Amino acid sequence: MTKITTSTKSCTVNALKMSQPLGGALAFMGVRNCMPLLHGSQGCTSFGLVLFVRHFRESIPLQTTAMSEVATVLGGYDNVEQAIVNIVGRTKPDMIGICSTGVTEIKGDDVDSFIKTIRSKHPELAHVALVNVATPDFKDAFEDGWAKATTRLVEALVLRPASGTSRRQGRLNVLPGSHLTPGDLDELRDIIEAFGLQPTFLPDISGSLDGHVPDDFTPTTHGGVSVSQIAAMGTAIHTIAIGEQMRPAAEAMEARTGIPFTLFRRLTGLAPNDEFIACLSKISGKPVPAKYRRQRSQLIDAMLDGHFYFGGKQVAIGAEPDMLLNIGGWLADMGCRITTAVTTTTSPVLDQMPCDEVLIGDLEDLETGAEGCDLLVSHSHGRQAAERLAVPFLRIGLPIFDRLGAAHQVSVGYRGTRDLIFTVGNLFIADLHEPDVGTWRQPVTPTDSVSATPATH
Amino acid sequence: MSSLADKIQDVFNEPGCSTNTGKAAKERKKGCSKPLQPGGAAGGCAFDGAKIALQPVTDVAHLVHGPIACEGSSWDNRGVKSSGSKLYRTSFTTDMSENDVVFGGEKRLFKSIREIIEKYDPPAVFVYQTCVPAMMGDDIAAVCKVASEKFGKPCIPIIAPGFVGPKNLGNKLAGEAMLDYVIGTQEPDFTTPYDINIIGEYNVAGELWQVKPLLDELGIRILSCLSGDARYHEIARSHRARAAMMVCSTAMINVARKMEERYGIPYFEGSFYGITDTSDSLRQIAKLLIARGADAELMDRVEAVIAREEARAWEALKAFTPRLTGKKVLLITGGVKSWSVVAALQEAGLSIVGSSVKKSTKEDKERLKEMSPDVHQIDDLRPREMYKMLKEAKADIMLSGGRSQFVALKAKMPWLDINQERHYAYAGYVGIIEMVRQIDKALSNPVWEQVRKAPPWDEVSWEDRADAANAADEAALAADPARAEAERRATIVCKCKEISVGTIEDAIRSHDLTVIAQVTQLTQAGGGCGSCKETIAAMLAREAKAAADAPSAQVA
Repeated sequence: MTKITTSTKSCTVNALKMSQPLGGALAFMGVRNCMPLLHGSQGCTSFGLVLFVRHFRESIPLQTTAMSEVATVLGGYDNVEQAIVNIVGRTKPDMIGICSTGVTEIKGDDVDSFIKTIRSKHPELAHVALVNVATPDFKDAFEDGWAKATTRLVEALVLRPASGTSRRQGRLNVLPGSHLTPGDLDELRDIIEAFGLQPTFLPDISGSLDGHVPDDFTPTTHGGVSVSQIAAMGTAIHTIAIGEQMRPAAEAMEARTGIPFTLFRRLTGLAPNDEFIACLSKISGKPVPAKYRRQRSQLIDAMLDGHFYFGGKQVAIGAEPDMLLNIGGWLADMGCRITTAVTTTTSPVLDQMPCDEVLIGDLEDLETGAEGCDLLVSHSHGRQAAERLAVPFLRIGLPIFDRLGAAHQVSVGYRGTRDLIFTVGNLFIADLHEPDVGTWRQPVTPTDSVSATPATH
Repeated sequence: MSSLADKIQDVFNEPGCSTNTGKAAKERKKGCSKPLQPGGAAGGCAFDGAKIALQPVTDVAHLVHGPIACEGSSWDNRGVKSSGSKLYRTSFTTDMSENDVVFGGEKRLFKSIREIIEKYDPPAVFVYQTCVPAMMGDDIAAVCKVASEKFGKPCIPIIAPGFVGPKNLGNKLAGEAMLDYVIGTQEPDFTTPYDINIIGEYNVAGELWQVKPLLDELGIRILSCLSGDARYHEIARSHRARAAMMVCSTAMINVARKMEERYGIPYFEGSFYGITDTSDSLRQIAKLLIARGADAELMDRVEAVIAREEARAWEALKAFTPRLTGKKVLLITGGVKSWSVVAALQEAGLSIVGSSVKKSTKEDKERLKEMSPDVHQIDDLRPREMYKMLKEAKADIMLSGGRSQFVALKAKMPWLDINQERHYAYAGYVGIIEMVRQIDKALSNPVWEQVRKAPPWDEVSWEDRADAANAADEAALAADPARAEAERRATIVCKCKEISVGTIEDAIRSHDLTVIAQVTQLTQAGGGCGSCKETIAAMLAREAKAAADAPSAQVA
């Protein structure tokens, strides 16, 4: 049983955690022609914007209700109304996704009732979906924000199938967690389509944040799942949720539409992908395509070739719960020992972590615990610790602002796992220490000294 | 080429080698290695052997005279370490062109030597001969002589072109080059009665440094190591050592013996693999040094160090023995290390289920037997047989060189690299602990369980097919006793002369043979390297017993 402890420090040093509204906003960025809107002071948005821009190296649609001191005290209705009217006027979105922030939650703004009022006042906005999610940043963390926003999207937009309507064969819903990259989603789409299934991802940041050059400039998201596609998700035959964080959304889908779901906590590693592929084979009624049998065989070979470098290695990981379990579980599969695990928020998956203790803490805690480890794993802010500890550093999660291609890191599927073995294995190989003439010289203590002075003649 | 032929004869006629002295004059002339089999050879060539033996000399430029194949495919792939110059890792080759082949490569070789000396100023240049220039008749010895005079730098010809024989011969020819051109050409600044040479130790993964601290502590100076972490001048001055240890059973025995002959340096054959072997080697070093004038108290200090180090090592091994006891090891390695590794592993509680002795000498095999009576020795294991053996859980882990690793890995069996390319050092008291740690690490890795698991859908794996093929073979033999008997009789006993079981059995029965020499006389079996004599002896005994039992059976 993994012990879960919370740091007792008053002061967080070198934060690991990213705030909840940002997670919510990122989920909204996975909806086509959408404008995420943070209901808070404009700093909340601009900091988040800069963070996403550095990570994705893309222009990021993100707006603010620009709450002033006076507006905050008197209530934010006017700001929300103005923001929505302005956004619709300027960018013509299909949807506006509103995330609350700490300041507006403390004030107690009831955004749902704001929206009702706005709807009655502005019939001209009827073509724009308005989805609101409460994401105070003083509570929970990034993946919670993502999960809550997705759940709200399901509740607000998925249509209940009229009784007696039949399911559309081959339609599959996929609810990916925030720990998956656009590249991961593309990979999953390929795998699922190879079974003759048509997946709908919610959210789908693979269309919007996959770093492509768009045909035309739009101030909103230029890709992702459309509002009408979300509405049609109620007719699918099955839902696959990836990451424990997506359980509430999958349950909401089931409650609303009766579609059963299968949840995969991990999709990195051999056994998790065997389960995943077998599940797709069962849902589709089709045999496993030769391509994926081949990839499975390649993964096994990579595990065999790679295990020499992973075996016995001590790894310190700082990541959000689902990502922590995904990468930590896989590293343990490869023979590593997870000596330190630090995360941002509570989750049922922490019990499953293959280590003695998971600490809800910060990068300082990670650095302290990482002393003497062979590999440090976290988002880019762990780089200072890695440098001080002089250990190899694997960047995962968000933000990754000091390396290219964050959106296209793939770690799901047989192929993604195989390539991750090469990436991490190469870090270990690059760190092999050359022995020198003094490597095995043991300090001779006075008690066991046989001859302190070599004979000279 | 005639001088090379003489040199090879001289190396074959090695009186220090007991296998050799046991042979008839005619057999001796044929050399000590089995003839290479076209289509069935997998080992390295003489050039490879020469390069392995000398490349660890760190500060010289190793220049390979030949087309790109020889050096291009082999450079910087060995894990030997240096505490000083890194020049040995820089690759130099004449990269002979078609033009050189037509007009001769000597000029290019000479110019290459000049460029190296101008750019890198090494204390010496070792020039390796390869097949193509040897065929063309490039006289690299003459080029080296002229270059040495012209540039005032020793340029040493290493004449071991690949086609003259296998790797082991190349090791010896490299040693000859050192004897002819290097050893004894310089004088040390000072000598002590505690100066030794270590011959045949290459400092793979830094193994020499696992032992050196102990020698340093004892005040024993390594005057020269041939050739691990060696400098040119150390080898040039090595003739002033008081004693020598020969580490590798067959590689450089000629060097050890000739240095004894020429400079009166006594040697012993020892190993730094395993706890007891390391202790024995330290004692032997002390014994030889004391016999040559070192203070007798050296032995007391050696014993004290041994006591301390053995205690430490046993203590460290204790942590592993409960986890490793009963685990079975399949050991496949070149002759150099078979028996010493067996001793080391047994110390850790592991048992050995097989050991390939392809490259081992007869003595190696006997020693292996003496130490581990259950070992059934496996000559030339074929991949499918190797898989069968691993599969039948006769082995939990395979230890071998890099080339056979994939049989183990594809059979999803733990494997540990114990040859030249390995990353970990396994010598001395600290090294055996490292080896056991690595075995433990390999055995306990969770990937094995995962990769052995069948996917959750129908799939025919290559293992299934191999199992089916093996089973079919066995069934076919069981169903057809005549074929089984024919196969048994066709098994080759004497590999040198290619004499089968049937031929020998027939000879024994029809002529009532009782002595090995008679069998050899009639069938030639046992007339080559002699390694099959034990098998012939066993056959004679079996036939004698059958003959003795037969009449009583008739009576009944």
